Amino acid sequence: MKRAPTHSYPGLNLGRRHASADKASEVVTFGFWVFLMSDLVYFGLMFAIYITMIDAQAGGPGPHELFDLKSIFAQTLILLTSSLTVGLAMLALKYNLPRWRIVFWFFVTLVLGLSFLVLEIRDFMSMAAKGGIPQRSGFLSAFYGLVPLHGLHVTAGCIWLIVLGIQLRIFGLTDLLMSRVVRLALFWHFLDLIWIGIITIVYFGGLTYG
Amino acid sequence: MTTNGSGFFGRLNWDAFPITGLIQNPNTNEIVANTAAAIVIVGVIVVVGSLTWFRLWGLLWRDWLTSADHKKIGIMYIVFAIVMLARGVLEGVVMRAQQAAGPGDGFLEAEHFAELFSTHGTIMIFFVAVPFVFGLANFLIPLMIGARDVAFPVMNQISLGLTVSAGMMLMVSLVVGEFSTGGWTAYPPYTGAAFNPGVGPDYWIWAIVVSGVGTTLTGINFAVTIYKLRAPGMKFMRLPMYCWTIICSSILIVFAMPPLGVAALMLAADRYLDFHFFTNDLGGNMMNYANMFWLFGHPEVYLLVLPAYGIYSEVFATFSAKRLYGYNSLVIATMSIAVLSFTVWLHHFFTMGQSALINAVFGIATMLIAIPTGVKVYDWMATLFRGRIRFSVPMLYGLSFLMLFVIGGLSGVILANPTVDYQVHNTLFLVAHFHNVLLPGVLFGLLAGYNYWFPKAFGFRLNEFWGRVSVALWTGGFMLTFLPLYFVGLMGMPRRSFSWEDPSFHPYMIVAVVGALIILAALLSVVVQLWVSIRDREKARVPVGDPWDAHTLEWSIPAPPPSYNFAIIPHVTDRDNFAAAKERGNAYPSPDAYEDISVPLNTGIGFSLCVLSGVWMFALVWWIWWLAALVTIFMLATFIAWTFKAETERVIPAEEVRKQHEAWLDLVHSSTPVDRDHETAPENRGLARPDLEAVT
Repeated sequence: MKRAPTHSYPGLNLGRRHASADKASEVVTFGFWVFLMSDLVYFGLMFAIYITMIDAQAGGPGPHELFDLKSIFAQTLILLTSSLTVGLAMLALKYNLPRWRIVFWFFVTLVLGLSFLVLEIRDFMSMAAKGGIPQRSGFLSAFYGLVPLHGLHVTAGCIWLIVLGIQLRIFGLTDLLMSRVVRLALFWHFLDLIWIGIITIVYFGGLTYG
Repeated sequence: MTTNGSGFFGRLNWDAFPITGLIQNPNTNEIVANTAAAIVIVGVIVVVGSLTWFRLWGLLWRDWLTSADHKKIGIMYIVFAIVMLARGVLEGVVMRAQQAAGPGDGFLEAEHFAELFSTHGTIMIFFVAVPFVFGLANFLIPLMIGARDVAFPVMNQISLGLTVSAGMMLMVSLVVGEFSTGGWTAYPPYTGAAFNPGVGPDYWIWAIVVSGVGTTLTGINFAVTIYKLRAPGMKFMRLPMYCWTIICSSILIVFAMPPLGVAALMLAADRYLDFHFFTNDLGGNMMNYANMFWLFGHPEVYLLVLPAYGIYSEVFATFSAKRLYGYNSLVIATMSIAVLSFTVWLHHFFTMGQSALINAVFGIATMLIAIPTGVKVYDWMATLFRGRIRFSVPMLYGLSFLMLFVIGGLSGVILANPTVDYQVHNTLFLVAHFHNVLLPGVLFGLLAGYNYWFPKAFGFRLNEFWGRVSVALWTGGFMLTFLPLYFVGLMGMPRRSFSWEDPSFHPYMIVAVVGALIILAALLSVVVQLWVSIRDREKARVPVGDPWDAHTLEWSIPAPPPSYNFAIIPHVTDRDNFAAAKERGNAYPSPDAYEDISVPLNTGIGFSLCVLSGVWMFALVWWIWWLAALVTIFMLATFIAWTFKAETERVIPAEEVRKQHEAWLDLVHSSTPVDRDHETAPENRGLARPDLEAVT
C-alpha cells in the first residue's frame, strides 16, 4: 500500500501545491531552531553570570530597593498575551483565513510588544533614579547585561513584525513569506520563554537571595 | 568618556601611525614595526595594482565576490587563510629570533613582543585554522553528501564577509594604532580600561565578536546542510567520515561560540560603558571571564582538530586502497570527543584557585579524551595495515601526523594531571604541547586536504616534488622549533617572556630559531609548489575527476565541478558509494532524463556587509561614534532591503545540463584508465582503473 505523502508543516498549506516548497521550509525552519539553540546559550550564560553576581552589590542598591513587581506583573501579562496573538496569526495562516487577519494579529502583537518595551524602559529609568545604574556594581552590570538583552530581542522582533507585515501587503502569501511567519512566531514564543526565565531567576530569585 | 575621544575622528590622531614613532625614536623595535606596516601597505598596493593592470576587477566581482556558490566561497576562505598564515608564521619567526637573541633583552621592546604573541595566537586560531577548516568544508560538504549547495548559500557568503573583515582589522591594527598585548585569551582585568586604556584590546574584542558571528552562522549552515540535504539513500552511517567530523564541529560551534561572544561583549561593556563584570572593584569577577572563555576555548580546539581527523580518515583510506577500518568506532569516538570537549574547560586554569576535588574531576575528564583519540589512532593504523600504500603527499602528511601527534597527545595527558600542571603551567612546555597538537594535527591535516582535493577544485594535480619538499620542511621545521621547547619548559622558562637570563636556555633557543626559519622555508615551498603546478598544469590535468581512485561521491563528478555539482542527484546505496559503483562497473551511468536546476543568484550582500562591518569595527575602536551609528543603520537597512528580494535563484535549463554532462561522459569513455603505479604521471587524466583486489 502506498503511504500518503507526509508534509513537515501541514499548518503552512504548502505541500498540496508543491513538495519542493515544503522541503525548503523544512530546511529553513530547522535552521532557525538551531539558531535559537545557539541564542539560548547566550541567555543561559547571562543567567549564570547573574546568579554568580547576585551578591556582588558592592554596597549599592539591591533587588529589594530596585525591583517593582507590579510593573513586572503587567509586563508579563502583556508579553504572554502577545504570544497568544502571534499564535492567532499562525492559526489564520493554517486555516487559510484572509491575509488581513494575519496582518491584523501582527499589528496587535506589535502594539503589545511596544507596550512591553515602554514599561520596561520606564522600569529602567526608575531604577536609575534610585541609583541602580550598571556602573554601580557587578550585580547591576549583570542585571543590565541580561534584561535589556531580552528587550533588544523584543525590539528586533518588533522590527521583524513591521517588515514582514509590509512584505505580506506587497507580495501576498508567497511560500517564502509563509515560512517567515512560522519563524517569526517561533522567535516570539522564544522571547516569552526567556521572559519566564527572567521573572523566575532575575526578579523572584533576586528578591529571594539578593 | 575622556575628552580626546570627542572629535570628528574620535581618538584617532597622527600618533596612531607607526611612522610617527620611527621619526621620533628610530631604533630596531620601531624599524620592525614599520616594516610590518609597510608589508601590509605594499601588499595592498600590489594586489590592487595587479588587479587593475590585468583588468581583473570585473571578473573578481562577478565570479567571486558576489558568488554564492559554496565551492567559490570555500576557495576564498582558503586564500584568506593562507594570506593570514603568512603573517602568523612571520610573527612566529620574529618571536623566535627575539628569544634566540638573548640572554638579555633582545631587539624588541616588551610591549611589541606582547603584541606579537597576541596577534600570532589570535590570527592562527581565528583567521588561519578556522577559515581553512571552513574553506575545505564549504567546498566538500555538498559534494560529499550529494547536494547542490549548502542550506543557506547567502548566509554562507555573509559568514565569509564577516570573517574576512574581522581578519582585516588585525591587518589595520598594524598600520593604525596597536593591537592588544593581552595574549589571544585577553584576560581581564589586564585588558580592562583601568590597565589598558588604549585601542589594542578593542581591536581584539571587535575582531572576535564579528568573526564569532560569522563562525556561528557557518556552524548552523553546515549542521543544517548535513542533516537536511543529504542525497536519497545517504543515511547517517553511510556518510563519509569527514562529514561526521564536520557535523561534530558544527555542533561544537553552535554551542561553544556564544560563550566567546558573551565574554568579549561583556569585556566591551566594561571598557566602553564602565560596567563591572570583570573589574577589580565594585563586585567584578574575572573568573567569570576565564570560565566563559575556556567554555568556548576548549571545544574550539576540537572543532579545529576533528575536521583534520576527517581529512586523515579519507586520505588514509584512499592512499592505502582500502576501506576505512573501524568506521563505526570512528563515528562513536568523534561524537565522544565532541561531548567530552564540553566537560574539561577548567584544565586551562588549574592554578586559579579551585579546590583539589574540582581539579581532580576535570583532570580525569581530560584524560578520558585520550581514549577516543587513541581509538582513532589505532583505526588509522589498522587502515594502513596491509594496504597498498602510496606515499603521495597527503599520505606523507598523514604519516608525519601519526607519529608527531601521538607525542603531542601524550604531553597533553601529562598536563591533564593537576599536580604536574602546577609545575609546568605557563612555561614553554605548554607552548610546545599545543603547537605539537595544532601543527601536526590541524595544519598538516589541512595541507594534506589541500593537496588531496586541489585537483577536484581546479582540475589539475599539484606538483608532487615540491609537495614532498614541503612535507619534509614542515615536519623538520616543526620538530626543531617545538620539541626543544618541551625541554626549556621543564627547565622552567616561562612562556610569553621577551627577555630571559639563564644561559642554559640558549642552545635550545638557537635550535628553535633555526626550526622557525625552516618553517618559513616550508611556507615558501607551499607557494613554490602552487606556482610550479600552475605553470605545468597542462601535464597534470584530470578533467574526468578521479585522480586518486578515491571512494566518496565528490570524485564521481568532473574536475572542476560544474556550478550545480551533480547533473543528476545520485542515489546512494553504500558507504563509499563511488568505490562500490566502480567495483560494480557502473560508476559513470548515462541518465535517461535531465531536469532544470536552480542555483543561487549572485548577490552583493556578503561583500557589502564585509565592508560595512569593517568600517563599523574601526569606528568603535577609535570612538568615532557618529560613524558607528551611521554604519549600524546602514547594515540594518542593507539586510532588510535584501529580505525584500523575491528572486534568489536562477534556473539552468535541462538542455544545457545535458549538453555539459554528455560532453563529460564522452570524455570519460574516451579516456584511458590509469592504474595506481602511474598516478602521478601525465597520463593520469582522472579515470582510475579500479583496484579490485585491494578494495575488497
